[in-house]
Amino acid sequence: VKDSMRGLAVFISDIRNCKSKEAEEKRINKELANIRSKFKGDKALDGYQKKKYVCKLLFIFLLGNDIDFGHMEAVNLLNSNKYTEKQIGYLFISVLISENNELMRLVQQNLKNDLASRNPVHVNLALECIANIGSKEMAEMFAPEIPKLLVMGDAGDTVKQSAALCLLKLFRTAPEMVPIGDWTSRVIHLLNDQHMGVVTAAVSLIEALVKRNPDDFKGCVSLSISRLARIVTSSYTDLQDYTYYFVPAPWLSVKLLRLLQNYPPPEDTTVRNRLAECLETILNKAVEPPKSKKVQHSNAKNAVLFEAISLIIHMDSDPSLLVRACSQLGQFLSNRETNLRYLALESMCLLATSEFSHDAVKRHQETVVTALKSERDVSVRQRAVDLLYAMCDRSNAEEIVGEMLTYLETADYSIRGELVLKIAILAEKYASDYTWYVDTILNLIRLAGDFVSEEVWYRVIQIVINREDVQAYAAKTVFEALEAPACHENMVKVGGYILGEFGNLIAGDARSSPSTQFQLLHGKFHLCSPPTRALLLSAYIKLVNLFPEIREDIIAVLESDANLRNSNVEIQQRASEYLSLARNSTQDVLATVLEEMPPFPERESSILAQLRKKKPAVEDAIRARGEKQQQRPASGAADGAAASAAPTAATPTSGGGGGVKLQGDIAGAESNTDSDLLGLDFGGSAPAAAAGGGGAGGGSVDLLSSILDVGVSSSSSSSAAPSAASGASAQRKTVVVGAGASGSIVGEENWHKFVCKNSGVLYENDILQVGVKCDYQQSSGRIVVYYGNKTPAPLAQFASVINLPDSSLTNQLGIQVKPVGDRVGASEQVNEVITVDCMAEFSACPLLNIRFVYSGVAQSITLKLPLTINKFMQSSEMDSATFFQHWKQLSQPEQECQKIFQAKFPMDAETTKTKILGFGFSLLSNIDSNPANFVGAGIVQTKSGNIGSLFRLEPNQQAQMYRLTVHSIKPGVSKRLCELLETQI
Amino acid sequence: MIGGLFVYNHKGEVLISRVYRDDIGRNAVDAFRVNVIHARQQVRSPVNMIARTSFFHVKRSNIWLCAVSKKNLNAALVFQFLYKMLEVMGSYFGKINEENIKNNFVLIYELLDELLDYGYPQNTDTGVLKTFITQQGVKSQTKEETTKITNQVTGQIAWRREGIKYRRNELFLDVVESVNLLMSPQGQVLSAHVSGRVLMKSYLSGMPECKFGINDKVIVESRRAADSSSAAGATKSGHIAIDDCQFHQCVKLSKFDTEHAISFIPPDGEFELMRYRNTKDISLPFRVIPLVREIGRTKMEVKVVVKSNFKAVTKVEVRIPTPLNTSGVQVICMKGKARYKASDNAIVWKIKRMGGMKEWQLSAEIDLLNATDKAKKWTRPPISMNFEVPFAASGFKVRYLKVFESKLNYSDHDVIKWVRYIGKSGLYETRC
Repeated sequence: VKDSMRGLAVFISDIRNCKSKEAEEKRINKELANIRSKFKGDKALDGYQKKKYVCKLLFIFLLGNDIDFGHMEAVNLLNSNKYTEKQIGYLFISVLISENNELMRLVQQNLKNDLASRNPVHVNLALECIANIGSKEMAEMFAPEIPKLLVMGDAGDTVKQSAALCLLKLFRTAPEMVPIGDWTSRVIHLLNDQHMGVVTAAVSLIEALVKRNPDDFKGCVSLSISRLARIVTSSYTDLQDYTYYFVPAPWLSVKLLRLLQNYPPPEDTTVRNRLAECLETILNKAVEPPKSKKVQHSNAKNAVLFEAISLIIHMDSDPSLLVRACSQLGQFLSNRETNLRYLALESMCLLATSEFSHDAVKRHQETVVTALKSERDVSVRQRAVDLLYAMCDRSNAEEIVGEMLTYLETADYSIRGELVLKIAILAEKYASDYTWYVDTILNLIRLAGDFVSEEVWYRVIQIVINREDVQAYAAKTVFEALEAPACHENMVKVGGYILGEFGNLIAGDARSSPSTQFQLLHGKFHLCSPPTRALLLSAYIKLVNLFPEIREDIIAVLESDANLRNSNVEIQQRASEYLSLARNSTQDVLATVLEEMPPFPERESSILAQLRKKKPAVEDAIRARGEKQQQRPASGAADGAAASAAPTAATPTSGGGGGVKLQGDIAGAESNTDSDLLGLDFGGSAPAAAAGGGGAGGGSVDLLSSILDVGVSSSSSSSAAPSAASGASAQRKTVVVGAGASGSIVGEENWHKFVCKNSGVLYENDILQVGVKCDYQQSSGRIVVYYGNKTPAPLAQFASVINLPDSSLTNQLGIQVKPVGDRVGASEQVNEVITVDCMAEFSACPLLNIRFVYSGVAQSITLKLPLTINKFMQSSEMDSATFFQHWKQLSQPEQECQKIFQAKFPMDAETTKTKILGFGFSLLSNIDSNPANFVGAGIVQTKSGNIGSLFRLEPNQQAQMYRLTVHSIKPGVSKRLCELLETQI
Repeated sequence: MIGGLFVYNHKGEVLISRVYRDDIGRNAVDAFRVNVIHARQQVRSPVNMIARTSFFHVKRSNIWLCAVSKKNLNAALVFQFLYKMLEVMGSYFGKINEENIKNNFVLIYELLDELLDYGYPQNTDTGVLKTFITQQGVKSQTKEETTKITNQVTGQIAWRREGIKYRRNELFLDVVESVNLLMSPQGQVLSAHVSGRVLMKSYLSGMPECKFGINDKVIVESRRAADSSSAAGATKSGHIAIDDCQFHQCVKLSKFDTEHAISFIPPDGEFELMRYRNTKDISLPFRVIPLVREIGRTKMEVKVVVKSNFKAVTKVEVRIPTPLNTSGVQVICMKGKARYKASDNAIVWKIKRMGGMKEWQLSAEIDLLNATDKAKKWTRPPISMNFEVPFAASGFKVRYLKVFESKLNYSDHDVIKWVRYIGKSGLYETRC
């Protein structure tokens, strides 16, 4: 009777009856004052009173008030032997005492006592409290203890259950604290426990542990399968307490099925058959008439079913199961429950990625299409779109794309953008007939122009330019589309670009005569935004080339103040440049400059990348499927993914220089609006940038240019073209080399450039760009290597190793590497910091070996690290007397090194000066009698001492020869310096 | 243009919903309830934008009054209107609470029709409204009466009807000031200001024109400039500097701007003639001298001395906040009654008759409970006072109030005038 705590009940009802917040506050203040006076009072409170007041405090706390006393009383309650008092004490502590409270020590002592108690109820309370607090400290303290309780033979079921859950909680907060020991194997055997509660708790724990190290728990597969078999085959009367609305142990089944999804299908055939039987039974049960009309019954049943289907999809090995799962899901598609429809569509999306069930999924195409049209819930419609996307292949592409296009007209705004991307991708991927593709995309722009991103229309243009057979058709269609009274700006862009390029193909038709084309385009001009206008100006100048007869009209447009004096600099510049081009150039010049675009290099559609950005999970699944199919040649389903990857010519034609210029120009212009037509392909943009000059250089998406200083990017403009070419060849080489591990060294010519400078691009191919930036101080240096991933997919197992080809290097150089992560995300850049100490002089060059896996193929690249002896050299100034004194001192034959060689670069005094200064020597004037000669000095600084060096360089302009003499204290140094300098001039 | 007006009870149930414009949909009612009344975090901003609709609300006890608009309108106007509306409702049925609102549904809708027209505020003057919206059943009005009302309401002097007759012409003036103060423990004034109101109750016949004179510096000096001859000998003292003031709509502002004269035709009955604010030369009626001593962590001693600086007898209440971990209080005071009020976390000291120029003392011993969390220190909130004194703390004086009625034959001398000054405590606090 006393346990009912009347005071608490009265207090709570008082609070409930309060009319306003203020009244409630007053009542609480009063109660708090009362409790304070009680706690402060001299009279000792008995356990019941303490419990009552602690309860009140807890209630007040839960109402949202701060409690800053009473903690001690709560801790005192823990010492009681009465269950209710202990319980309230633990409750208060787990809710109110913060981790770093000083009372925590007392609490921990109490917890220890209770864990050791022989009363299982007390042990349980302690376990619950530990789990509720669940701090790192708790994990540290109790994680080693709890497994003992878990596997202790005589522990009660409830204790085991609580111990498993408590350990799970601690594992989640601090995985490193939970020890791995012999108990792990015994935990698995809890799956065989008599008590279902223990099994359920244990499965949760095991699943968490499995995620950490799956191999330790392999044994759980067969055990859980047999446990699952027992549950599935049992009738609902067998499991009494664990039957939920006629479904035997649904939660346990779901957990077991989830656990199994961590492993591949079991190898042992009997086990595997047993699992297949289980899954089949679950599928069978789904077909049976429901045992109850209650929603809980069907919910529980379906939960198990869906988990079973995910397991089937995960295993992806049994075609009959997959097909059955698919047909089951097909039934759900027309279910009344919205949630079920959603889940069915979602699971089907995964099923569609499996080769076995792909066809089975396709059978439901019609239902899905109806769902798309009639579904009320937007999230379900979204799933339907996903599924259509996933089930699409060459055979049904036209139909599905057609359906999606019709749906697009009525689609919700929230999913339109994604839908547009999907249509664009499908149309491109499965286009057998490119006229259909062009039609589809133009339709797309017409229906939902606002949602068509830049990438989509870039892609059309790329494809039209690359495929000669559709060019005429595209021009005609675009022309017709532009004839509509109102058309979207994106349409104008496509139209402008295509008519500018291929307007001549339709000029023969009287309806689309040159002047009509021009008038049509210009009719839209005033309604467009500046970037589009700029593009149209480019189209006009192209028209000048195509149709000389309308030249005057176009000049008039370019001349107008609206363009020539536009406030937008881009338009202004284009107008004036094009104007002078149109006015002053001969037809030949025009024809060269405004030549047709060279084909774009084939590459992965950037639209796909954008979609992946939006929805990583689904896309990856679909992508994985594509890869899987490629790995299994037997499946023979070489679909569009493979087809679209077929490469075509990638090098720009030599005559296309002029065309490239304009291309680069457009790229540069486009980049002003943060979008870049050529940015779609990095390889192609490098030469364009080189030809297009500084303006276009900014437009090229160069991963490294952002980190390197301006000097480098300007010098790279002269070297970009060869480096891109070498990159292409080098890439082919690495593929060969990749099998035989590190071998030949690539990027040699880039390496030479680093002798005289400290940053730049060391190596570049289609996948990877390696940049280097270094700085040196005295005998130590820091080299930062930047790895830029140029692909839209991550590079896995990324690793770099520094090889020292010459064993003596280990003594000469102290190298420390701060390693990079093992993954370089899509279009990401990571950097690796290498610190170098020069112990003694050296001549060999350390190698940098980079390995990674890109789209399943292991790659290995070996580069020479730009680390040479001259990097540690500091220039020193001296007058002629000291110079000659030193010169003479170091004139023993082994200290001197002299070379006579042909000049490798034009013999320009200024460049040579810069190079020598970059090399590390000082330049001393007024020393040599011949002013054309270069003389200088430098000190190589190593940990083991400084090495002074002097040099003299005598150019011979007539013979284009140099004579180089280097004097140094150490013979090796003079030789090496001589060699290095020779390569530079 | 207010689009609609809603009244909710504390649970968020709609009591009154009146939509004036089509752009406010039915769901606006729910939007406010969901996003403001039932919001997870307490919404403190009085203006909320939800789905491109602005919601302006005020809360009176448990009642939410909310105006809605889709347009970009003057928020100050809306709040002025909402407060006016509360005032009107208050004058019709007293306290504004759920029960009263439920009992006066019809009246409120009738009022809302009159207060706002297509969302534009029309007439919020209680006196005028009471002439045609009454609570005494339906009285069929004659045609003449209705035209009279229409003429008056749409006329130039909307606040006064014609043909009022009193046997005794009488008027009452109340100058009500609330004194706000924040004082440091050492007795330094940190901030002090007075916000005052002049309330007038007029029972005058006909259409009298009144002139009101006060001792404001600007007005007095401009007067003096006008007739410089009389100004020569006048003393400068006795004038106060009013920071800003605002008037009832009946005051002719043009006259105030040009001549600095407050001249008006008063409405019949009670109204607020002007409001003003003053921050300079405030005579503080009371001074509180606190002395707080913390003895260890479990005990505290408080001594408070209250001094009065005027000559009268009044009722005073002093509130001395106590720490949140108070477990017991013993109070001794020389005069009045002092009690520890646990529900307010304060010692409340009431003195029924506090004489002028006197000083009284209270001392208290407070027992504290050891708090587990030592990080939180007691912030020592200020000691506050409540009082009402019979003078204007700002020094505001009514110099004259002249009544002219040319048509009826009574003159200024026949009017009986009553003037009263009341100084109330606003936030009158002393830090300790």
